[in-house]
Parts: sequence; C-alpha cells; structure tokens
Amino acid sequence: MEQKLQKRSRRQKLPHGKGADGAMGIIRASRLIYDYIRRDEDDHVEEVNRAIDGLDLDIQAGDFVAILGHNGSGKSTFAKQVNGILLPTEGIVWISGMNTADDDHIWDIRKTAGMVFQNPDNQIIGNIVEEDVGFGPENLGVPTDEIWRRVDESLAAVGMTAYRLKSPNKLSGGQKQRVAIAGVMAMKPQCIILDEPTAMLDPNGRKEVIRTVHELNKKEGITVLLITHYMEEVIEADRVIVMDDGHLVMDGTPREVFSHVKELKGYRLDVPQVTELAYELRQEGVMLPDGILTIEELIDHLLPIFEMEKDGAL
Amino acid sequence: MIREITLGQYYPVDSVLHRLDPRTKLFGTMVFIVSLFLANSLASYGIATLFLVLSIRLSKVPFSFMVRGLRAILFLLLISVSFNLFLTPGIEIFRIGFLKITWEGVRLAGFMALRLIYLVIGSSIMTLTTTPNQLTDGLEKSLGFLKRVKVPVHEISMMMSIALRFIPILVEETDKIMKAQMARGADFESGNLIQKARNMVPLLVPLFISAFRRATDLAMAMEARCYHGGDGRTKMKPLCYARRDRITYLVYLIYLVMIVLVRFS
Repeated sequence: MEQKLQKRSRRQKLPHGKGADGAMGIIRASRLIYDYIRRDEDDHVEEVNRAIDGLDLDIQAGDFVAILGHNGSGKSTFAKQVNGILLPTEGIVWISGMNTADDDHIWDIRKTAGMVFQNPDNQIIGNIVEEDVGFGPENLGVPTDEIWRRVDESLAAVGMTAYRLKSPNKLSGGQKQRVAIAGVMAMKPQCIILDEPTAMLDPNGRKEVIRTVHELNKKEGITVLLITHYMEEVIEADRVIVMDDGHLVMDGTPREVFSHVKELKGYRLDVPQVTELAYELRQEGVMLPDGILTIEELIDHLLPIFEMEKDGAL
Repeated sequence: MIREITLGQYYPVDSVLHRLDPRTKLFGTMVFIVSLFLANSLASYGIATLFLVLSIRLSKVPFSFMVRGLRAILFLLLISVSFNLFLTPGIEIFRIGFLKITWEGVRLAGFMALRLIYLVIGSSIMTLTTTPNQLTDGLEKSLGFLKRVKVPVHEISMMMSIALRFIPILVEETDKIMKAQMARGADFESGNLIQKARNMVPLLVPLFISAFRRATDLAMAMEARCYHGGDGRTKMKPLCYARRDRITYLVYLIYLVMIVLVRFS
C-alpha cells in the first residue's frame, strides 16, 4: 500500500547523499485531511473546521524546509500532525516509514520528530536548564550516564553550556528557545519541527534561534521543518512551502517562491523587503531578475544598471 | 525584579549538610521533631540543643537566617508561653491580681518555648540546605512505598516541581496584569476587605485563563517530549546514598537512643 500511495515531491533534491535512498522522505503526508470538530455537551457535532484539506507532501532527510502561511492556513496543524499530537482525520502521515496513527510507534515517532513550540515559557519543564534538557531522555528511559552525555552534547550544540545551571526564568526568550531546542536534540531526533519558534522573540532572539537551527541542520544533518511567518527567516531554507486554507499552494526554492510576489500577496503573505523593492523596481521598468533575496544581490544587480545609465547619459 | 525571587529559602553554600541526600535530611528532621516531643527534662533538652548546634555549625548557614523563621511564630510563641505560665496549677511564686505564676508554669512555659523554637529552627535547617527540587525528589522516592496502595506519588511530585517552575512566571504575570488593569483605572488598594476582594476579580480572571492556557501548552510540550508517566522513566540525577548518608543515619540513631534513654530511665 505504501508503494501505491507514494508520490514524488515536485522538486527532488538529493545533494551529497542527503536522503540518497531517494524513494521515501523522512516526513510524508498523503491526502492528509484534518478537521477540528467542535461538539456540544451531548456530543453532537456543532461545527467542523477543515484545517488541512488534502495535503500531499514529501520532505527529504537533511533538508531545511520552511512552511509559510497566513494565520489559519493549517501550517501549525500540520506541525502537530508530524509528531502525532494530532492524528489525521483522513489520509496518512509517515515519519521515517512509521504511520503516526499507529499507537505502537507513537513514542518512536515523537523521538524521531522533535517539536519546538512558540511560547518559550510554556515548554520548559525543568527548574534548571540542564534538568530540562534531560527531561526527554528521562522519559525515554535512557540510562543515567547516557543522559548526562546527551545533555552535554545538546547544550554544546546550541551554545548554552555556560547556562546549564541557571534557572530558565533568568534567560532571555532566545536563550529559552535554544534550551527548548537542546531538549529536543537530547532525544536524538532525525528531524525537528519548529512551530513559529520566534513569534514571541525580539529581533536579536530571532536571529539567535534561526542561526542555531541552521547550524544543527548543517553540522548534525538534522532535517528541519520551520513554520513561520517571518519571510526573512526562510531565505536560507532549501525549500519553501506555502500553505493557504489547508492546501499546499506553492513549493520550491526560496528564489522560485519569492519570484511570485503577486501570488504571495494573494495569500496574504509578505515578501522580504529587498524582494519587494526589487519587484517594485521591475514594475517601474528597471531590468532586474525575479526573486532577489538579499541586499547584496540587489546591489550586484543594480550597480551595472547604474553604470550603464551613467554611460548612456554621457 | 520579581524574576529574582527564589522559592523556599535555599541558602546556596557548599556544606556537608547541603551534600546530604534529601531523604536523609527529611528523615533527620522527622527524628528531631519526634525527639522534641519525647524530651521532658533539662538533660534531654541539653542533648537536643547539642544536636541542633552541631547541625547549624555543619550547615554553614548564618544563624541569623534560621532565626528569621521565628518571626512567623512569634505570636503563637507568646500565647502558648503566657498560657502555660499563668494557667498551670502548682506552687505559687508570684501573683498579680488573679494572675499567678507557678514553678510548674515556668518550667512548662520554658520547655514549650524551647520546643517551638527548636522545631522551627530544625526544619528550617532542612529547607535552607535543600533545594525545593531535591526536596520533591526526596519525597517522591521516600514515599515510593505508597505507590502500592495506588497513591500517585510520581504524579504528585511532578506537579509539585512544575508548580515550583511556574510560580515565578505566574507572579510576574500577576504583576503585569495588575499594572495593565491599574492603567485602565482598576483600584486594588482602597475599600474594606469585601470590596478589596471584589476588586481582585479583574485580576484573577485573566490570570486563571492564562494559567489554563499555559497548562494546555505545557501538557502538549511534555507529550511531544515523550512524557508518559513514571513508568519506564529513568533519572538524570538519581538519588543514591553515599557514605556520609550512612554515617548521618547512625548519628540519628545514637541521638534518638540517647533521648529515649534519658526519657525512660
């Protein structure tokens, strides 16, 4: 059955052996549907709200994938599907070959696909940083020596070793999110899902968290699924997925996706400032390519045009 | 500023008592309390005093910190001392109007005061040398036998440690909500007791809603990190007795035997 339902993602990206076995991604959703059902006191269905509507998705191991979408686009609901906090109403989600609806594998799935949530305060359980990082392995029944080793490694990986004996209450938002990421890393996941991890942080904290996540992706080869609505955070992703009203509406590299400024605006999304500027300039007739993502790129493209103009004027 | 509050009254220094297993300290505090109720003579109070002074010395916590706890019971202390002093029948030594002071009264009041003071100091030695977390861990492990009669020991201790984690957060939040409501004209200060209580409603409602929301979030985060109760769970910092704990237990035993001997000989 798995073979039959298999569906290749639109864009196959297999750099340097990342997901080289190719056929099956680490996260795969097939015709996924999820309804939020509100019932009244007598258990009659009062209201059905379809958050995800027929989603097909295949994410390759080792990729950094960003999911964009306006509020209510279903992106957070999808995140919760990935580690079995919510189960599909219809369709199937596989995490490295395990069906999330399969009760026997639920802890393996949560171990494989760790999750970081939006509010940094509400996901830290321990009273001391290192104890919080050890919480996941403790639940998995990892022996004590191994817990310590994992805690050391995870704290080092997110650069929080210096704070290991601090109370989480004394950390900044960005630091708390890094602790939360370390807590997930200590479970040795293959994949981390971050559900708007920067929504409650200041710009510095945002940068700090995103940098950490990129490092984990590059150094440890962790698959990252970053759910966000800050465009600046997705520029360096390998792949960007745009969701709207429960559907997958755009899928491609950041450059491909941000080339369609008008379409993105249609989904009530913004583009990075630079991209927007380049787009506006193009509308005014300046010869610029589509999908400019960084300030440097824009400068590189604009300078020759200025030079030409100068030459032309002379 | 509120961020800085510490719970309990842990005094962070490194001492033998700080390093003891929390279970040892819990048990020791119990032994001490029992001994105070067994003590009924100068000799036994002498031994208790010796034990207490030794513990204070070993804890390296300044004595002034321990006396602080006494302020809370000052009123209770005064009442019980004066009742014992004036109302104990016996050989009269002094009399003002209907109030008379007897030898027995002086003796009883003195012992009562000592007992109360020692009780408070003895238990604050434990809380001063043990972090709330260690205390929770210690309670969980030493009450483990209750699991057999279906008492959810692990769950209770998990709730306690989560409460410890969230109290500072909720205190901070209360402060924030209070300021927000005050900015909109809420009055938390004036009026009598009933009015004051009523004025708390706009503070408590948002606070409760937020606390419930936090609880839902936290439950989800815990599940996402594979929390599924105490079964099959390992510990990052398991409690295990060291040599110093065994020695301490021996000291307790000797102490208790001495108290009992003095009492019943």
